[in-house]
Amino acid sequence: MATQAPARPGASSAAGAPAVRLTGIRRTYGEVVAIAGLDLDIADGEFFTLLGPSGSGKTTTLRVIAGFERPDAGHVELQGRDVTNVAPSERPVNTVFQDYALFPHMSVVENVEYGLRVKGIGRKERRERAEEVLARVRLPGLGARKPIQLSGGQRQRVALARAIVNRPPLLLLDEPLGALDLKLRQEMQVFLKELQRELGITFVYVTHDQEEALTMSDRLAVFNEGRIEQIGTPADVYEHPETEFVAGFVGVSNILERDGRRFIVRPEKILMTETGDGEAGVVKEVVYVGGFTRYIVDLDAGGELVVVRQNLESSSQDALEERGKRVRLSWRPEHTYDIGRDRA
Amino acid sequence: MAVRAADLQTPGRPLRAARLRLTGFFWSHPWTKALLLLGPPLLAFGLVYLASLVALFVSSFWTVNPFTTEIEHAWNLGNFRTIFESPAYRTIAFRTIGIAAAVTITDAILAFPLGYFMARVARPRTRAMLFVAVLLPLWSSYLIRVYIWRLILDQDGILNWTLGKLGLGSVGLAYSNWAVWIIFSYVWLPFMILPVFGALERIPESLLEASRDLGAGGFQTLRRVVLPLALPGVVAGSIFTFSLTLGDYVTPLLAGGASSQFIGNVVYQSVGISNNVPFAAAFATIPLAVMAVYLLIARKLGAFEAM
Repeated sequence: MATQAPARPGASSAAGAPAVRLTGIRRTYGEVVAIAGLDLDIADGEFFTLLGPSGSGKTTTLRVIAGFERPDAGHVELQGRDVTNVAPSERPVNTVFQDYALFPHMSVVENVEYGLRVKGIGRKERRERAEEVLARVRLPGLGARKPIQLSGGQRQRVALARAIVNRPPLLLLDEPLGALDLKLRQEMQVFLKELQRELGITFVYVTHDQEEALTMSDRLAVFNEGRIEQIGTPADVYEHPETEFVAGFVGVSNILERDGRRFIVRPEKILMTETGDGEAGVVKEVVYVGGFTRYIVDLDAGGELVVVRQNLESSSQDALEERGKRVRLSWRPEHTYDIGRDRA
Repeated sequence: MAVRAADLQTPGRPLRAARLRLTGFFWSHPWTKALLLLGPPLLAFGLVYLASLVALFVSSFWTVNPFTTEIEHAWNLGNFRTIFESPAYRTIAFRTIGIAAAVTITDAILAFPLGYFMARVARPRTRAMLFVAVLLPLWSSYLIRVYIWRLILDQDGILNWTLGKLGLGSVGLAYSNWAVWIIFSYVWLPFMILPVFGALERIPESLLEASRDLGAGGFQTLRRVVLPLALPGVVAGSIFTFSLTLGDYVTPLLAGGASSQFIGNVVYQSVGISNNVPFAAAFATIPLAVMAVYLLIARKLGAFEAM
């Protein structure tokens, strides 16, 4: 076995090529279409999120990039190199699995150094790099434990360490925070974002959590039924949803039809007053969420809008008393966005 | 509603109260339920199984008076001394252990690829058919299977007939240790396949994907992930194949040669011919001791950790 690790495929690829380029990818399981013709470019160094409900094809897309699924049609390029027919073990990619997929018969440090070990890197260097990465994911001194002795959050970080110790130019993350509780998830979101910036590598991140997608991504793709509905920056996708599906999935679907015009207006952009101008309606439901309150308003002219109001000077009691009251809703015209119909 | 109200007043009520008391008793004394459930098998296990083992062990220290053929209940190590000092008995013990080990290794090597195919590659229909194929031989008598193998391996048997037709000459496997090894390997193979299949089926697919993702090829994944995780299954299977071979005496008797005697054959002769039960008991403890040592080694190697 060679003492020197072979040069990573793609490491010497043309500068400026996208980290990932998918062209015409199609994947079906019998009758079920998982991906129906997909084109996607992910730039080098980008934090790119594949967002969508379960069964929308986002995880299959990630698995096509990793090489676990062979597309029925189309090409996968990584850094300008066509890897459609390259085995997963030879792709310059590492994955953080949804169930972490830690080897139960190995200790934490053995798990982390696995990738270095199969490449024939010497024991001393292996240990050093593994310890360094474990410290980086804030798990120093846990190397001797078995995965079963760790908490969910710790296992998640071991899975992360095991992937990044190989210094891949591209890291794939398949709903890595899905099994963690809310507080830990929010901590890890910040941590992952910092890590991506420090490492300067491309992250492709799969999630069904729109908030996670909006807070972490440089750009995101919204998936629905095996297709991409929209690609853009979080602000783009949130403020200018191109389809009704995107409007509904990313944020709350406040869709109105007035004078033949279909548009959305986000809940936090609506001003709710007792008198004055604007659409008249009745408060149907009040949901107190601590820092803010969500009101669902039935409009006299048809339709229903969700309004969010900060609890600046009002208590929960004040908020709940709004139920059944007549209100006026107004918003600035520049905060409404026309949307097309769903692709049906 | 009226019916239900009436029910509460009828003689059904004391029955209900008794029922409440009973379930309440079991609820507050959880061990009573376990005792009721485990009592009969524990009793059978303790009396029939453990007691006879103890009887075996104790009687192995007795001797038979050569003149009166009466059993003398005096403790001594004479039987064990005979076994360890007589070259003939030593050879028989080593042969038994050696062939049992060879059978175990053969079955492990045969069972692994088949178990892997059944657990991770085959579609449900193929898998079900393979299951039937693996288990089908167990439906026929053990004796019949040994006799059939005699027909196959005989000097004028199916094997030599086939080899002759192919112009490959003939082999003299009949009535030898080779025959004993082949027949045992065949007869006990299902007992290795099933646990190996079970262990391989339990390995999550994502572990194999993770290994490939981290740069390991098929062989490295097999060596570093699949084999260690399947080891408990192999050990479980080897306990069957090893101990079943250690204790058998029929196959060596029917298909073995003049120098194919097993411990079991000596035990059989000691009881049936020379009427020396204590010596039979002493020789029968050898396989038990070997199994105990084998299990200890397996545990040391960590074979039970991933269970």
